[in-house]
Amino acid sequence: MRIGVITFPGSLDDVDAARAVRLAGAEPVALWHADHDLRDVDAVVLPGGFSYGDYLRAGAIAARAPLMQDVVDRARKGMPVLGICNGFQVLCEAGLLPGALTRNSHLHFRNRDQQLRIERADTAWTSSYGEGQTIVVPVKNGEGRYVAAPAELERLEGEGRVAVRYVGGNPNGSLRDIAGVTSEDGRVVGLMPHPEHAVEDLTGPSTDGLGFFTSVLKAVVSA
Amino acid sequence: MTESATAGLSDLDTGPGPLSHQLDTVPLAEGTPDVEQPFAELGLEADEYARIRDILGRRPTTAELAMYSVMWSEHCSYKSSKVHLRQFGDLPPSEHLLVGIGENAGVVDVGDGYAVTFKVESHNHPSYVEPYQGAATGVGGIVRDILTMGARPVAVMDSLRFGRADAPDTARVLPGVVAGVGGYGNCLGLPNIGGELLFDDCYAGNPLVNALCVGVMKHEDVRLAKAEGVGNKVVLFGARTGGDGIGGVSVLASETFDAEGPAKRPSVQVGDPFTEKLLIEACLEIFAQDLVTGIQDLGGAGLSCATSELASAGTGGMHVDLDRVPLRDSTLTPAEILMSESQERMCAIVEPDKVDAFLAVCRKWDVLATVIGEVTAGDRLTVDWHGERIVDVPPRTVAHEGPVYERPMRRPADLDALHADDAAALPRPATAEELTAHWLAVVASPDGADKTWVTEQYDRYVRGNTVLAQPDDAGVVRIDEESSRGIALALDGNARFARLDPYAGAQLNLAEAYRNVAVSGARPLAVTNCLNFGSPEEPEVMWQFAEAVRGLADACRTLGLPVTGGNVSLYNQTGDVAINPTPVIGVLGVHDDVRTRVPTGWRAAGETVLLLGETRPEFGGSAWASVVHGHLGGRPPAVDLEAERSLGEVLGALGRERLVTSAHDLADGGLAQALAESALRYGTGATLQLGDDPFTALFSESGARAVVTTTDPEAVRTTAEWAGVPVTELGTTGGDTLAVEGIAALPLDELRAAWTATLPALFGTPEATVGSVPAGTVPTS
Repeated sequence: MRIGVITFPGSLDDVDAARAVRLAGAEPVALWHADHDLRDVDAVVLPGGFSYGDYLRAGAIAARAPLMQDVVDRARKGMPVLGICNGFQVLCEAGLLPGALTRNSHLHFRNRDQQLRIERADTAWTSSYGEGQTIVVPVKNGEGRYVAAPAELERLEGEGRVAVRYVGGNPNGSLRDIAGVTSEDGRVVGLMPHPEHAVEDLTGPSTDGLGFFTSVLKAVVSA
Repeated sequence: MTESATAGLSDLDTGPGPLSHQLDTVPLAEGTPDVEQPFAELGLEADEYARIRDILGRRPTTAELAMYSVMWSEHCSYKSSKVHLRQFGDLPPSEHLLVGIGENAGVVDVGDGYAVTFKVESHNHPSYVEPYQGAATGVGGIVRDILTMGARPVAVMDSLRFGRADAPDTARVLPGVVAGVGGYGNCLGLPNIGGELLFDDCYAGNPLVNALCVGVMKHEDVRLAKAEGVGNKVVLFGARTGGDGIGGVSVLASETFDAEGPAKRPSVQVGDPFTEKLLIEACLEIFAQDLVTGIQDLGGAGLSCATSELASAGTGGMHVDLDRVPLRDSTLTPAEILMSESQERMCAIVEPDKVDAFLAVCRKWDVLATVIGEVTAGDRLTVDWHGERIVDVPPRTVAHEGPVYERPMRRPADLDALHADDAAALPRPATAEELTAHWLAVVASPDGADKTWVTEQYDRYVRGNTVLAQPDDAGVVRIDEESSRGIALALDGNARFARLDPYAGAQLNLAEAYRNVAVSGARPLAVTNCLNFGSPEEPEVMWQFAEAVRGLADACRTLGLPVTGGNVSLYNQTGDVAINPTPVIGVLGVHDDVRTRVPTGWRAAGETVLLLGETRPEFGGSAWASVVHGHLGGRPPAVDLEAERSLGEVLGALGRERLVTSAHDLADGGLAQALAESALRYGTGATLQLGDDPFTALFSESGARAVVTTTDPEAVRTTAEWAGVPVTELGTTGGDTLAVEGIAALPLDELRAAWTATLPALFGTPEATVGSVPAGTVPTS
């Protein structure tokens, strides 16, 4: 099982995502933004960070990287893709996920251990969890406030596209406490919190995040 | 000062006068010895200017004058502090020290072939003028110092001091500084693992922003800043050079603020952490491919510093074609280019046959790289501007042989009166209610209060190796995932103690940082320091500085710890009022197995709470005296370095043997603060007995003490007493109150409310604008 982790200029949590992939039992494969080469991976993680320094808009420049065209093509054919934090922003900018991430309502960068509720336990990245399960993973962002037009929000809620929701306090003013959303086919998931920082007792607030990475192993096998 | 430094320079190169619109070349300088030069505006003394003329045998060119003025500034030359700092270099050699003082940062052997480099540096003056950029570029600068040694930077810390918490200017400076530290460090992907946040009137107008960075490498990867090998190329890479930060080290960092002076904002650099992140990754790839023979970052004094230091530390000869430097602003004069402190730039010495590979790595990371010169035979640093010679100097005279002053010193006249005003005579709480009120006041004071408002703005998780971070006593980072080898770091600087006795104060600060590293279970290995003081031209300040250095050097000798480097920040004063002497001391420790680290908080009920060490009635400079009485007087606590060493050994043994479940050092606020923090960390209370004198037990700040919890008190007692460390049983963990028999039962909810409310009340509560947003109630923006 090969899971790619893309490094853009300014990616920061790529080493963390690769570690999480490894701890989940898969082989992490380093992917470079400027190559048109997905190196035969079975799934892709877009890690957190400040790609291109968040210039223009967070994720906007990275979404136009050469490799992202290949990611978008493969994702539309069902390859699982996970976007974490800046990776979520890139997926929204690339048109793979709806909505946008804007400046936190309180205007501060905020890093805390955050409770999340798994709303959808049948996506490629969340099947290791039970529906309604509460987990704790770190959240850390300055531009993590999820927004979409009212009609779009209604549609997402109606279609069950909200994958993860903040509980016990909303860290950034996201509409409807939305922490992460999924594509229609459940193969592409983006979320602001950082499951890759909750994969070891020694360094994380929990090991609750590991489930995202074990989920995709099953998704790829069953695909 | 009535004129800015850059105006003084422009006058010569482009302005009116005999040299208008004429490049000031070496031949021109030889032919026009009597031209008046703006050395005073550039921060040079008349005798320093005369010495430059002596060295060169002629007047300096405008470009040369610019170089000397920044390199001979207090900030770069350490001209007032050098005679004292030699004591650090004279410490006995340490088996752990791979690279000592003098390089960008010292390097320490931490075992298994790993080397660690760490250093703390000030960015005080810029942070007052422009809080966000000042603090941000402070982080950027120290990170480049660590990178320059060949290491991957793995964590940062920040030690911050501001004026009174409720002063209007603190509300201007603090949020910007915190956002700047966070904005830069977060964007670089470096976890912030701890530091300090303290308030005192003496920092109004002179906030202290000290940033620490730590990096890790293998022994064989250590790089040095020197230019060797005739014909090797000088490559400038990173950001373009702009007009920001010109004279930052001379007119900004090396002078006292003055209410009437001109705005100094243009002397502050502007940071771009994205470029720095690319620079880090490009450098590490360049190191891995072994493409450089020497490397230096551009920080204070910019190209003047990098070129002269590289040449001076090498064989001496270097030539630079300054017009090849990529510019952000094409109107910059050569002198301005030499002085610019534009951030995110590095200078490397590269063998000619490796230049292509070097440039290829830079291209991969979108880093601009330009060959600007080469190492030459001989011992002159020459700089040309479009083919005309504008600098021809012996680089050692610029970089390493600047002026050295033995400044006059005088013991402060008010010290005897301060000592006589003993804190032991202050009114003490007479009733249990008063004692409780004082306890809450200390814990809820801005210095004692919860720091989450600040640390939530910092990423502490990135890279996935952070084992402990604020609010734990030390930051702990894993450096090897296979072996679980790790390092611990703490920064401490109690300025009240140093004001009362700078010799003892520096030692107490070292002891506190040493203890903070030890409570995590680590073995302390090495010391760095950032010495923040007032004007060296004031004899009383100079005495404080000399005493602090002597105290620190003596204590390092006793504890067998090397000083690996550091930074001196002088002129921290406004008018004739200096800050309290503030020696901030950093200690690095090593964990052979970071899985045995000891956290500070209590988790489980039914564990025994033990106090290690001896409590004496010592209140001079204490948080209690300051918070309750607004008092600073008497003597600081006694220094007992042997007791610190014994305590450190006991804590290390207890951690390795997993005999304790938590450990918290006792420092500011004494036991009162430590108990509150231990209980609040995970919401576990305790029932305690504090003996006949609960006041002294709670508020004394005697050193060499820690509180531990254990399920095996007999084993702890045996280990401690074997090392001669006294043990006092305080009680048992459990419940939701912090209960002291016969005195008080503080509900943790009440304690937490007091502890957490302080900083949000002062600096705004983002929570109020967020809360939990119910579905469908918020319109889209």
